[in-house]
Amino acid sequence: MTEPLDWRFSQTFGGKGNEDASDANVVPAIEFDQTGDFIAVGDKGGKVLLLKRTHDKQSSKKSKLPEYRFYSEFQSHEPEFDYLKSLEIEEKINKIKWCPKQNDAQFLLTTNDKTIKLWKVYEKKIKQVSTSATTTGPSYNGSLASNNTRSPSHTTYIYNSSGAHNMNNNMNNSNNNNNLNNFKIPKLTTRETVVTATPRKIFQNAHAYHINSISLNSDGETYISSDDLRIHLWNLNINTECFNVVDIKPTNMEDLTEVITSAEFHPTSCNIFMYSSSKGTIKLGDLRSSALCDNHAKVFEEYEDPSNKSFFSEIISSISDIKFSRDGRYILSRDFLTLKLWDINMENKPVKTIQIHDYLKPKLCDLYENDCIFDKFECTLNHDGTQMLTGSYHNYLHIYDRNSKQDVCLEASKQATKSKTKTLTTKMKLRSSKKEPKKPEDIHPDAIEYTKKTLHCAWHPKDNLIAVGAANTVYLYAATENK
Amino acid sequence: MASINTESDDYHPIVILIDELKNEDIQLRLNSIKKLQSIAKALGPERTRTELIPYLQDSVLEDEDEVLVVLSEELGNLIEFVGGAEHAVCLLPPLQILAGAEELVVREKAVESLCKIAKEIPTSSFEESFLPLLFSLSKADWFTSRTSACGLFTVSYPRANAEMKKSLRKTFGGLCHDDTPMVKRAAATNLGSFAKQIEKESVKSEILPLFQSLSTDEQDSVRLLGVENCALLGSMLTNEENIQFILPTIKASSLDKSWRVRYMVARLLKELCESMGTEITKTELIGAFVKLLKDTEAEVRTEASLRIADVCSLLTKEMNIKTILPCVKDLVSDSSQHVRAALAQVIMSLAPIYGKEDTLTHLLELFLHLLKDDFPDVRLNIISKLDQVSKVIGIEMLSQSLLPAIVELAEDHQWRVRLAIIDYIPLLASQLGVEFFDEKLGNLCMTWLGDPVFSIREAATNNLKKLTEVFGVDWAKNNIIPKVLSLHSHPNYLYRMTTLFSISTLSTVVGGDVISSSMVPLLAKMVSDKVPNIRFNVAKTFQTIIPLLDSTIVQSRVKPLLVKLHEDTDKDVKFYASQALQLC
Repeated sequence: MTEPLDWRFSQTFGGKGNEDASDANVVPAIEFDQTGDFIAVGDKGGKVLLLKRTHDKQSSKKSKLPEYRFYSEFQSHEPEFDYLKSLEIEEKINKIKWCPKQNDAQFLLTTNDKTIKLWKVYEKKIKQVSTSATTTGPSYNGSLASNNTRSPSHTTYIYNSSGAHNMNNNMNNSNNNNNLNNFKIPKLTTRETVVTATPRKIFQNAHAYHINSISLNSDGETYISSDDLRIHLWNLNINTECFNVVDIKPTNMEDLTEVITSAEFHPTSCNIFMYSSSKGTIKLGDLRSSALCDNHAKVFEEYEDPSNKSFFSEIISSISDIKFSRDGRYILSRDFLTLKLWDINMENKPVKTIQIHDYLKPKLCDLYENDCIFDKFECTLNHDGTQMLTGSYHNYLHIYDRNSKQDVCLEASKQATKSKTKTLTTKMKLRSSKKEPKKPEDIHPDAIEYTKKTLHCAWHPKDNLIAVGAANTVYLYAATENK
Repeated sequence: MASINTESDDYHPIVILIDELKNEDIQLRLNSIKKLQSIAKALGPERTRTELIPYLQDSVLEDEDEVLVVLSEELGNLIEFVGGAEHAVCLLPPLQILAGAEELVVREKAVESLCKIAKEIPTSSFEESFLPLLFSLSKADWFTSRTSACGLFTVSYPRANAEMKKSLRKTFGGLCHDDTPMVKRAAATNLGSFAKQIEKESVKSEILPLFQSLSTDEQDSVRLLGVENCALLGSMLTNEENIQFILPTIKASSLDKSWRVRYMVARLLKELCESMGTEITKTELIGAFVKLLKDTEAEVRTEASLRIADVCSLLTKEMNIKTILPCVKDLVSDSSQHVRAALAQVIMSLAPIYGKEDTLTHLLELFLHLLKDDFPDVRLNIISKLDQVSKVIGIEMLSQSLLPAIVELAEDHQWRVRLAIIDYIPLLASQLGVEFFDEKLGNLCMTWLGDPVFSIREAATNNLKKLTEVFGVDWAKNNIIPKVLSLHSHPNYLYRMTTLFSISTLSTVVGGDVISSSMVPLLAKMVSDKVPNIRFNVAKTFQTIIPLLDSTIVQSRVKPLLVKLHEDTDKDVKFYASQALQLC
């Protein structure tokens, strides 16, 4: 049996110290790109923060931990108002997805409740005129569109062959001198590069309800977006039309019994996608069979003993997040109390059910009253599908190893940042259910802070590196093999 | 800017254009790029090559897509301005960058321009510059460049020498097995046209395996492009080869799990049948077609239905009746209205194939069924193709059942449906003959003149003109004109306006006598209408009819009326009256 991984805290971003930092910074979306070199973090204020991994040798020698640094930040969404429906549209970023890389630029899809945007982030070259003949000429800022600092006399540099000049001079000379022979086409040199984000496409007016997830297809040109009742299929190059692939809206809204909570494309089969519902089912749709996939191909649902039913059964069985494993063989789902791993070939029950915070069962009534029972925790798998990650209250996060059947529970905590070098690991409450006597059952539910919750999480596409979002802070953890 | 432009400043506009290549305003930049040919002409070939092109490459390539699209296109038009074909090589580097742009349209234009250049440049530069460019695009890191590379093989192949041809084929093969579906799609799109350039031996040994691997790709979007290649490749091969290499793919595609692939087969069925030849169509494809007509997905059935006439024309009547007819019978009551509408579009074309007797025994019933369809598009499609059937079986047979359907559509609550039926009335009129028309449809045409929707009234007046063309002036004088003119006293001015419009449209076909005897007196009455809108429309109507009238009548009867209108208090009325007076 392999040794458990030694998880070490590596970095935090955001939320400098004060716990009740401005509401706008609450992190609602974290996503690694395909290479793992970038992390995108979306916040409630519509901003997207991009972090880039440094491959600087010195810094990695010191800590042996991967280090991410600020790369760029841009305002993805602004608050809007839907005048037709008299509804405010929040700028909050619900989901971010990275598109496969197609050139030097990075492309990512971001969405709030209604509008999906395709952003291009690239290192823009700011160019400068450096015609040899006009060495003393005014430096001409050649950046297009984005730069407003250009000189008002934009014809200045063209006419002069030599010498100092100013605007007036030029205006006088222009009548005599504007012969093409004297005219030099300016040469440009790159002065500096700045990371710039520009919106490439805006996909809007398609969702009547709130968008809860977006997912890119393996064919590289389409993606789906799901709201509470419908799933739409888009082409990344076309923002004027989309196709409805799932519609669960009943003709009479009073017959409404469930909503879609999450949707994702299969990582390799372009025609398969899945979506989860508030009733605890996961449905697999096949785009090949029909244009409208209301008739699902497979449904994953666990039989529930009616005698165990309670007032809360339906609420806690609602699935908050689903993920395919990288090979598409397994599906990981998260409901309020458990993490379930399904084999795509076995529909009637999950291959593994993990109780995350069993100790909360007696407290459901309280959780209902303070609305915590409706919290939507995310879940994720590592690159080979052997480890699973999800969040809990009190800033706990749980990492389960399928092979060793060990569960590691960490508490994402701010203190670790303050004494980074020495107490790095000691501050981490490392717990393994097998090794240590202190088991999850020992956690006393009354001692838990319900306001601290790690709702969002993401796993590096190759390495044992995780990012967790709790309130306004992103925590990064890295693991090394235990020797 | 125009103020600086004096006669001696012949080059000034060019200088401004060059300057505006970097203006902040995208419209100005676009404008400059569009005039790239003028700029290059003014600079001369030498300076265009050494200064302008490098400058464009440095400065503009990071611009917005809108600008890049135009630039990609314009670069292809610069060949003569850089000093002709032998210097065109200097255009390749910027185009190579543009061929890797992330926006599809930019890449497409860049590839177009590259193809243009590839055809013109001398062989030496083709080998030294163009082929290396193609190979470097094919091996680029990002798929954008590789997809662009796929579009260059077809033009390059005929110009390459034997050795290069070999490596072109090899490179293309590599692109067909690319990691990304995007490149595979681009390769699949170009496979057919590339194959046409290749020696038949190599097609069989190298291209067919590629075709087969693309047609069995796991991505639907790649497989469906293979269907088109079936048709293209099929036309190059013999019957035996088709049976061996192409037919299995067509059959597999028509049974593909993905409806999008089946849809493509249905859509390209005519092309597939043509390239496979009649024999294979009869023995093999017909079965596939029947399956597509019975497909579970409505989109596929719709597309297959649209091909019924095309396919049936390739088959014998017996086969038609035996295999296709049962499917058609089922489709007539298909659950999807779109399928029925598609069927209605083509079913009439079957009549000439079946002949009178079989049309009566087999098809008539189906036509009538579709004419009673709930969905107006279905009925409209049938009526629009009526002439094809009436040629075969005669109009009497149809008219009995046809009329109720027409009347119903004419009163449909959707005005677009009414509009569509009006368009077919002249056609019907010519089929039905005067008597029948007067009896059954005459009144209908008049009711449209009083329709609440303007577009319908407008169409109705045009319809009257067309009917007059069909039935002649005498008929119009007795049947239409009295009815139209009676509208002039309608209390609602909008209907009175309809009279005026009808006069304008009809005047061109009825001749001067009718105008002067019945229309002018009426207009004389309307000159004193209390609504100014009517009065100035009277003036406008006069403008149309004055050229058609005898000048004595104009002077004696029309001019006084216009003078009266010219003294009107309303300035619009005055304006149009004075315009009309100029014609007198």
